[in-house]
Amino acid sequence: MDDRVSYAYAVLRTDGVPDGTLGALTGVARAPVRLVTSGPLAAAVSPVPAADFDEDALRRHLEDLDWLEAVARAHHTVIEALSAHTTVLPLRLATVYLDDERVRQVLRDDGAAFTEVLERLTGHLEWGVKIYVDAPAAAAEPPVPAEGLSPGRAYLRARSAQRHTRDEAYRAAEEAAVRVDTIGRELAAAHARHRAQQGRLAAGAGENVLNDAFLVAHGQAEAFRSRALAAGEGLPGVRVDVTGPWAPYSFAALPGATRSGADAADPADAADAAP
Amino acid sequence: MTAADRAPEPLAERQVALVDLLDRLLSGGVVLTGDVVLSIADIDLVRISLRALIVSVSERNPAPWGPEPGP
Repeated sequence: MDDRVSYAYAVLRTDGVPDGTLGALTGVARAPVRLVTSGPLAAAVSPVPAADFDEDALRRHLEDLDWLEAVARAHHTVIEALSAHTTVLPLRLATVYLDDERVRQVLRDDGAAFTEVLERLTGHLEWGVKIYVDAPAAAAEPPVPAEGLSPGRAYLRARSAQRHTRDEAYRAAEEAAVRVDTIGRELAAAHARHRAQQGRLAAGAGENVLNDAFLVAHGQAEAFRSRALAAGEGLPGVRVDVTGPWAPYSFAALPGATRSGADAADPADAADAAP
Repeated sequence: MTAADRAPEPLAERQVALVDLLDRLLSGGVVLTGDVVLSIADIDLVRISLRALIVSVSERNPAPWGPEPGP
């Protein structure tokens, strides 16, 4: 089929997904997902319309949030389904090859690196920890009229009090970050930092000031989760949000992989593994 | 407040937040050189196109106490 190319989701061990496990799993464009194998390694792929994934089309599509969301959720659905069975090495969104034979070739060429990372990730999953500052919005409250103060001075005093509350909330968030860092050092195998979330998609109360990911062994997961959730206790104006478990998206860099620019990808410190 | 408190979830299985997913799918995952010339990892495209939506992907945006303290 010339008008189809192969969208690759993840690399995994061939013996990690027993025959028939994929069942009716569908991926991007609702196409059935299949495994392309090369010896001990396999890649989960599905056919996608070539016209949607050539350079121009991709460029256009990536500006279309609905399209991006559909592809991202489909990608994630496949990763999650595979994760239920085995350790998966998720690939970057929209990794597309001309055909399955090309995917097989990549499995062969990079086999040693895939195997090394799969071994490192085995028995681990990723957890996200986000810290929010729920500081009062500027000018949320009318300046408190104070006796003997001109309106200008009253305003400044109110702003000053507001700033004080904000500063305290940021200091409290910093304390929460220290706690999260400690929990990570004690319980996680690796740590990666994502950029703080901003923009329309970052819905929710408060300002996100920390957006980290931790690679945690199964046996430590419950302790990690409960301690991370408690990291904001006693800290007014601070909220801690824990997400996961995720497939190890933020820890899937191949050894020796070069980053395409200093700020191209944030889990640059994925290699910042805790001892 | 957790995501679950904000609104009743339409699906039995709670969807992950898109923003959390995009953090992982646009900056995580193994970066391979695909056959499509345009690789999300290689280009500024996403960072430019989605600037308004996901500033976190588009700009240097360290936490206030980021690992590299300013001078």
